Amino acid sequence: MDFLSDKALARLREAEEWPDFSATRYTLREFLARGGMGIVYLAQDQVLDRRVAIKILDSADLDGALAERLNKEARVLARLEHPGIVPVHDAGTLSDGHVFYVMKFVEGARLDQFLASVASLAERLRLFLRICDSVSFAHSRGILHRDLKPSNIMIGAFGEVLVMDWGLAKILEPDATSNSRPAVSSGALLSSSNTAPARSSGATQDGIAMGTPGFMSPEQAAGKSADLDERSDIFSLGKLLEFIARPAANQDSARLSRALQAICDKAAAVNRTQRYGRVAELARDVSRFLDGAPVSAHRENPWERSLRFYHRYQAAILLIAMYLLMRTLFALYSRR
Amino acid sequence: MSPKEYNVQGGGNFPPTRWSVVAAVRSDDSAERTRALDVLFAAYWKPVYKYIRLKFSILPEEARDLTQGFFAELLERDLLSRFMPAKSRLRTYIRLCADSFVLNEIKHAGRRKRGGDVVHLALDFSAAEGELHAQTIDPASIPSDEKFEEFFDKEWIRSLFAAAVRKFRESCASAGKTSPLILFEAYDLAEDDPPSYAQLAETHQLSVSDVTNQLAWARREFRRLAKEELRALCSTDQEFARESTTLFGGKA
Repeated sequence: MDFLSDKALARLREAEEWPDFSATRYTLREFLARGGMGIVYLAQDQVLDRRVAIKILDSADLDGALAERLNKEARVLARLEHPGIVPVHDAGTLSDGHVFYVMKFVEGARLDQFLASVASLAERLRLFLRICDSVSFAHSRGILHRDLKPSNIMIGAFGEVLVMDWGLAKILEPDATSNSRPAVSSGALLSSSNTAPARSSGATQDGIAMGTPGFMSPEQAAGKSADLDERSDIFSLGKLLEFIARPAANQDSARLSRALQAICDKAAAVNRTQRYGRVAELARDVSRFLDGAPVSAHRENPWERSLRFYHRYQAAILLIAMYLLMRTLFALYSRR
Repeated sequence: MSPKEYNVQGGGNFPPTRWSVVAAVRSDDSAERTRALDVLFAAYWKPVYKYIRLKFSILPEEARDLTQGFFAELLERDLLSRFMPAKSRLRTYIRLCADSFVLNEIKHAGRRKRGGDVVHLALDFSAAEGELHAQTIDPASIPSDEKFEEFFDKEWIRSLFAAAVRKFRESCASAGKTSPLILFEAYDLAEDDPPSYAQLAETHQLSVSDVTNQLAWARREFRRLAKEELRALCSTDQEFARESTTLFGGKA
């Protein structure tokens, strides 16, 4: 019997690609995505009867470095309990040596796809503020994301904003489990060799650039791993803000208001000393922009200040103007 | 890359073999060339025959002649030497050559009688015809060129996997591993929906974990052999990586 039926063919292709989870509580259901080092599947947790997403290492991993990185990603996620960060449920190694972790299955759209349906700038900026919340929280736990970009942000079916893919995350402190903010402003980074008891394979060596061009900071692109701090993620957030603020239809040509452009420019300044020092400072400026208040990134001239004042109090100004006009007209009418 | 570096040992994700039919058909060693052509024809004759049959709505007899003629022309005109790996995949090149050959033959119908002094390959066309009927494909349901390309690609995968299954059976027979082979045939090669692991365990008086482990081993072995087959049909590592993704990468 040489002929393979279509069903057998499909099974053989799946069997090749799909790891064997039959000895676990999970049943793989669907291929979801392929990343740099792993594949993400939709799976069913048989015990809790719920859908989950499983990320599993699929690349050749001769020295175990990638497995360590995937494990580190799971540990990072486990440390980050926040509504804006996808929670990890489980992690393990299959009998064939494949390392995996299980996370919440998020139904929704990637930010770049979702933005097409959001016309209002204010709504877009509010999305950005929620991303800032998650990143700021991670920083407070001593973790840098290092790969913030539109495709790593998911908008859930109920409007939840989730920062995904922490595969390149960098741990700033060896044991940042407390709520206190780690001392990262010094720029001193402890590699994951300080956090992992056995090996430092999850750490990025100096001279090796990892990230996404267009969104990664110059120091990250230069592979200066030891130089990275919060401001590297702030650079990516600046680029992300620019992406979010511009309507999808004319990403390149649309002009932002000078204040908003100044916020983007300050966040994504080439010289990191000119960037915001904290994500919270960036978020504060965006909030102030949303409220029509002056922003720290931009010094206004009198005309801009007047214009902003007018936009902020437009309704009141119009009402007063109307009142004054009516009163003038009434006075003129009374004199006749 | 030396064509002599053929080595079927090993495992893991990527087969160590660097032997490639594309390099070997250009070899000065006639035995090497013959072996390469054997591998190439074994992988492609069925996809080519079925493709010609469906795309050009040609009767079996004529499709047999055209398939024979196409492979004869491939040899006579040394068409493989013109294949440029940097520009396309080998299977795309072969499909395009087949297209061109058949169109030319139709245009100049009767210009040349095939089967005389040309190479004649011993191919089991009745089996291929039987497979086409088993698939119950309606040519009208695949009217576009893209669909025919997909069809050709799928048949190529079927042919490649069938070769890997044959090798897997031989390998199991020589190693005396009958149990994994039986389970693999019953589950992975099942024509329709396969039995559950528990049913297999009961039928073969094994524990479910034994079934799981034996099937996992069988799939790993099958995977290794399929990748060896694939590697031999690719001319570069890049092409192999690309084809490997197409073949096994699901939606990639």
